[in-house]
Amino acid sequence: MRKLKNIFFAIIFSAILLNSSYSAEKSPPFLETKWTFKGLFGKFDRASLQRGYQVYTEVCASCHSMKYLTYRNLAEKGGPEFSEAEAKAIAASFEVTDGPDSTGEMFVRPAKLSDKFVMPYANEQEAKAANGGAYPPDMSVLVKARKGGADYIYSLLLGYSEPPEGVDLDDGVYYNKYMYGNKIKMPAPLSDDLIEYTDGTKATAEQMSKDVTNFLMWSAEPHLEQRHKTGFRVIAYLIILTVLVYFTMKKIWSRVESKV
Amino acid sequence: MSDHEYTPSSKFGKWFNDRLPLLTLANHLTDYPTPKNLNYWWTFGGILTFCLITQIVTGLVLAMHYIAHADMAFSSVEHIMRDVNYGWLLRYVHANGASMFFLAVYIHIFRSLFYGSYKSPREIIWILGIIIYLLMMAAAFMGYVLPWGQMSFWGATVITNLFSAIPLVGESITTWLWGGYSVDNPTLTRFFTLHYLIPFLILGLVVLHIWALHVPGNNNPVGIDIKKPSKDTVPFHPYIVIKDAFALLMFCIVFALFVFYQPNILGHADNYIEADPLVTPAHIVPEWYLLPFYAILRSVPDKLMGVVAMLSAILILAALPWLDTSKVRSAVFRPLFRQFYWILVADVLILGYVGAMPAEGLYLLIARVATVYYFAHFLIILPVLGWKEKTTPLPLSITEPVLGGSPNFATARIDEKIQKTIK
Repeated sequence: MRKLKNIFFAIIFSAILLNSSYSAEKSPPFLETKWTFKGLFGKFDRASLQRGYQVYTEVCASCHSMKYLTYRNLAEKGGPEFSEAEAKAIAASFEVTDGPDSTGEMFVRPAKLSDKFVMPYANEQEAKAANGGAYPPDMSVLVKARKGGADYIYSLLLGYSEPPEGVDLDDGVYYNKYMYGNKIKMPAPLSDDLIEYTDGTKATAEQMSKDVTNFLMWSAEPHLEQRHKTGFRVIAYLIILTVLVYFTMKKIWSRVESKV
Repeated sequence: MSDHEYTPSSKFGKWFNDRLPLLTLANHLTDYPTPKNLNYWWTFGGILTFCLITQIVTGLVLAMHYIAHADMAFSSVEHIMRDVNYGWLLRYVHANGASMFFLAVYIHIFRSLFYGSYKSPREIIWILGIIIYLLMMAAAFMGYVLPWGQMSFWGATVITNLFSAIPLVGESITTWLWGGYSVDNPTLTRFFTLHYLIPFLILGLVVLHIWALHVPGNNNPVGIDIKKPSKDTVPFHPYIVIKDAFALLMFCIVFALFVFYQPNILGHADNYIEADPLVTPAHIVPEWYLLPFYAILRSVPDKLMGVVAMLSAILILAALPWLDTSKVRSAVFRPLFRQFYWILVADVLILGYVGAMPAEGLYLLIARVATVYYFAHFLIILPVLGWKEKTTPLPLSITEPVLGGSPNFATARIDEKIQKTIK
């Protein structure tokens, strides 16, 4: 019997090992960086989110849409927490088509807090045509849509290099060691001092990658902070209740000569 | 249902109960004599009821915000996640709730397999359970399609395509299921309707499942018939209620850890990409709880035979009460069966594991061996074991086991070891 149990666990253990070796051969281990949103009390780094928005809007937004985000989100709790005035100013810097008005005409007006993020292209076809046939994916939930999540996105942004010997690349295709198949149609988007941060932080490629990944994590999970906070309370409550119920159970079962 | 008569004490209670005996039912449920040696594996019935209610309640609210349309389903889910008050909580509870539901049902089924709860006189309870399990799989599969992500779309395409393997009418059935010539908006709307319907069918079957259970009463870890009520039983309330509550709370802690700290770990990243009929994902994999059957499906080279094998793998369970020829229920007294039981558990886990891997090379070989063993367990090992196996002596009752042992399962095993050393 004991021998059998050992075999049983040996099988499970080797299965886990096999599994890790299987996934390991697909891509190199991700670059490591410290995320503040991980862990029991994980929260976003507010300043990093604000810088991340700056990277998005000055760099990524020229090709990538974020169609599920609304300008009001930028001022909401648990996010970059721009002030309402700042968020209004950000929104007003974009133009949206509205209408029809009372005469039946469409008109262009500055965006409001209630408007969705303005998209770089009118439709998928236009986006493809402008990007050599590749569709720049919408980035609203991108972090959750990729295996490896934030670590993957961060690594990918910094994973560009010259192709190794023997790898031929077509025009408009770049080498990235974290990309599935190592070929990516997006040129390296970030380089040192590409933008100038408004808060004076030095805009290294690492810094920008980290900030924008933070921002994308927030956009994919806008209620992450609330989730962690609620989760801790729920679990603490459950543990206390479980202990109380345990002693109640012991007391009740002490009336019969049987163990629980 | 129960043998005793019940008369409400109040006049109104009596008047009401004569017309609709709800109070008699409540009294039966409270007094229901339950074996006092039930261990924690028996708490999963209550846990499963909790899971079903949780899915129905969260699902109901989600359905108020969800839009079943191919162009809007994905964004309506994002709307729930972002703009609906506590929408993220509802959706994560519902999505992880499905996984927790299956976790509990697998424990429940394997408990039944270990203690022989499916044997006479409990065959109907068991078969009702298998039907519930089948409906659960249908509901879970269709629910997974609703967010209309890449895995939703392609999972639906793969599974519905299985029906095309049926000779002659296969193609027509598939077209009929789709409501068109591919998985599209009509498929989504009908899946939504059925996803809403099935839980209530399950609820009805659960009532029958419990009703059928209350006729012979619970099996127990010793697996012998007991007198009810007697020294071997305790009333359901408060003894079993409090114990179920304790186990349920422990279960909820695990549930909460998933919902609040790893809400997406059991899903696929690809399902956060909106469905695109023109782009096929690199690996199409079902949810973890369907993987063993997916492995069986893929281990057979022929499509039709694969589908037959997969369905048989589930339906064979319905014949289990007659395939297992042993008169002794509990594995505690069946030394050989106990070993084969654990091999089966390992076999199913292996099938689940290879189900997640690409069907090629070594993985395919392992899947084939494990599939053959799975069927051999039920079709060869169990019937033969019933005739050949020498079982250890059964106790006369829970309170008076042989050699004066304890009613508890853990100590019953120690007794067994003592018995062996005496020999």
